[in-house]
Amino acid sequence: MAENQALVGEYFVSGDVACAEGAISAGCRFFAGYPITPATEIAERMSIRLPQIDGVYIQMEDELASMAAVLGASWAGKKSMTATSGPGFSLMMENLGLGIMLETPCVLVNIQRGDPSTGLPTMVGQGGMMQARWGSHGSYEIIAMSPSSPQEIFDLTIVAFNLSEKYRVPVIIMSDEAVGHMSEKVVMPYVAPESLITRQRPVVSPEEYRPYQPEANLVSPMALAGEGYRFHVTGLTHDERGYPVMDAEVQDRLVRRLVDKIRVNINDIIRYKEVEIDNADIIVCAYGITARIAQMAVKMAREEGIRAGLLQLITIWPFNEERIRKLSSQARAFIVPEINYGQIVLEVERCAGDRARTVLVPHMGGSVHSPQTILEAIREASR
Amino acid sequence: MIKEMNTEIFSIEKYLRQDRLPHIWCPGCGIGPTANCFLRAIERSNIDPDRIALVSGIGCTGRVAGYIKLDSFHTTHGRAIPFATGLKLANEELNVVVFSGDGDLAAIGGNHLIHAARRNIDMTVICVNNFIYGMTGGQAGPTTPFEARTTTSRYGCFEDPFNLPYLLSASGSPYVARWTTIHLRQLEKTIAEAMIKPGFSFIEVISPCPPIFGRMNKQPQGLDSMHYYQEKSVIRNGEDPKEVGMELGGPIIVGKFVDKECPTLQDHLLQVCDRAKGKSKT
Repeated sequence: MAENQALVGEYFVSGDVACAEGAISAGCRFFAGYPITPATEIAERMSIRLPQIDGVYIQMEDELASMAAVLGASWAGKKSMTATSGPGFSLMMENLGLGIMLETPCVLVNIQRGDPSTGLPTMVGQGGMMQARWGSHGSYEIIAMSPSSPQEIFDLTIVAFNLSEKYRVPVIIMSDEAVGHMSEKVVMPYVAPESLITRQRPVVSPEEYRPYQPEANLVSPMALAGEGYRFHVTGLTHDERGYPVMDAEVQDRLVRRLVDKIRVNINDIIRYKEVEIDNADIIVCAYGITARIAQMAVKMAREEGIRAGLLQLITIWPFNEERIRKLSSQARAFIVPEINYGQIVLEVERCAGDRARTVLVPHMGGSVHSPQTILEAIREASR
Repeated sequence: MIKEMNTEIFSIEKYLRQDRLPHIWCPGCGIGPTANCFLRAIERSNIDPDRIALVSGIGCTGRVAGYIKLDSFHTTHGRAIPFATGLKLANEELNVVVFSGDGDLAAIGGNHLIHAARRNIDMTVICVNNFIYGMTGGQAGPTTPFEARTTTSRYGCFEDPFNLPYLLSASGSPYVARWTTIHLRQLEKTIAEAMIKPGFSFIEVISPCPPIFGRMNKQPQGLDSMHYYQEKSVIRNGEDPKEVGMELGGPIIVGKFVDKECPTLQDHLLQVCDRAKGKSKT
């Protein structure tokens, strides 16, 4: 264990455990949650690990309370997190909205299962992708990322905390049951404290401090409870002082900034991987566990002489519009396999426009795609 | 130790965000006097105001956090207690007070209320009970007395209300009290005592809502409610909370019903940390 009490070394662990350890490496010291398959192992791991390192693990009475407690803990200065799956994710939408409105750094992990409703608790799904974007009411931007392996969920959980602290926004890890429950080798590097981002703090006196006075990157320094700033924050529309103002002009200024602080920093936020993309004219665009299966399908297509490539979306929200637009002038078609009946495909289609065809390869959940299904779609598009 | 206060000198102005006044509360409302008692209680408790975190939910009482110059959080409907739970668990040094209404705390937030009491987390909950949803215009709620008129119970409320002190006591709260807004001295002392006491404390404040609950239930002026409280209140410290339920037009039993010592959630968490580090046996 490193001096920051995070694990360092190579471990054979599940995605859920890797997620918990990534959080600890990122400096997370507060976890509030509620048991739900297939995310429970994250809570279990945190309940063992956090008390060892003077962190707090608490099981709340439901997911409404879990998300609220995570926000409270963040305002008291702890890097905080919760983890859930579809039904719990629905309940968390309420306080996710409060987190966005108060600009509260925190991380929310969704280990997706088959859905809607109770669906397939122990089996894979990717049906929450649009919910991550639009699930809480209102116009806002959110950051969400999808890992395709235990290693990626470990790495991305650290990234999630950093982005959340930097932009004062809840960041969502949109994983799935397959990644959460598969065990693989995970390399947990020493994460130097100076490589971690912590929210910017006010340098002015309490008299001068205005909680929502943005800096150049549209983010405001954040005071914490108990430091003497005597600040007010509210879920109501508020001005730079944090005071509620029922006024169309203030509403305009606030909502634009909440959205724009993500949009203007998009290049810092967006992450993706590409395989065989340079001369590809059929591009499979996939995320999470489906990206790994898609990679196999691309390899099989190449063996048949089809110029196929893979675009793995890692950052899902904000959507990587620029890359899809650029690739759409090179490629004939985008193949979008996802474990739902078509969500991210709508975004791909929007960005590709008329320049390239967009083909959905849906799978309703309970298992992953077979590579042959995706290969068949690639063949079809290449004819 | 609760200190005596020289009322001549004390002014609540230093605790108010004066640039936010005037407030939104109606003439005769009991929320203002309750907030006043809270500020005086801070002064009497000797707690450093910089260490106090004030959390409110949604509704008329939910607006308290906005007017008081402390670190203050106006959260989502019903979720003040879990938000406050996060604050307290993440920073043990904070003195956390939840100030909200009966609908917010006992209806939409009812589950959080009983679980916070069960956990015995160190926080003080001040519940202003005006028997009605005021902010939305006067609908019935879980504290509306049977047969009372509201905008959604024109023929009389057909549900029985919660007896909040009984609910909280049964849920494990080690400190439970109730006063009305004519018992301002007692209320002030009770809030100070609750803020100093480790563990969970629940204070119910029976409060007038003249333009809605009062108007529809024969107390159209704030003063009518105050006369009613004066006439019908019976102080019974230590009374069995089971016996303090309220009926429309009936007596209001007030006092400190529960005040017992028991280990707090924080005490248990410290033990757990020691066990996790191998410092003590599981």
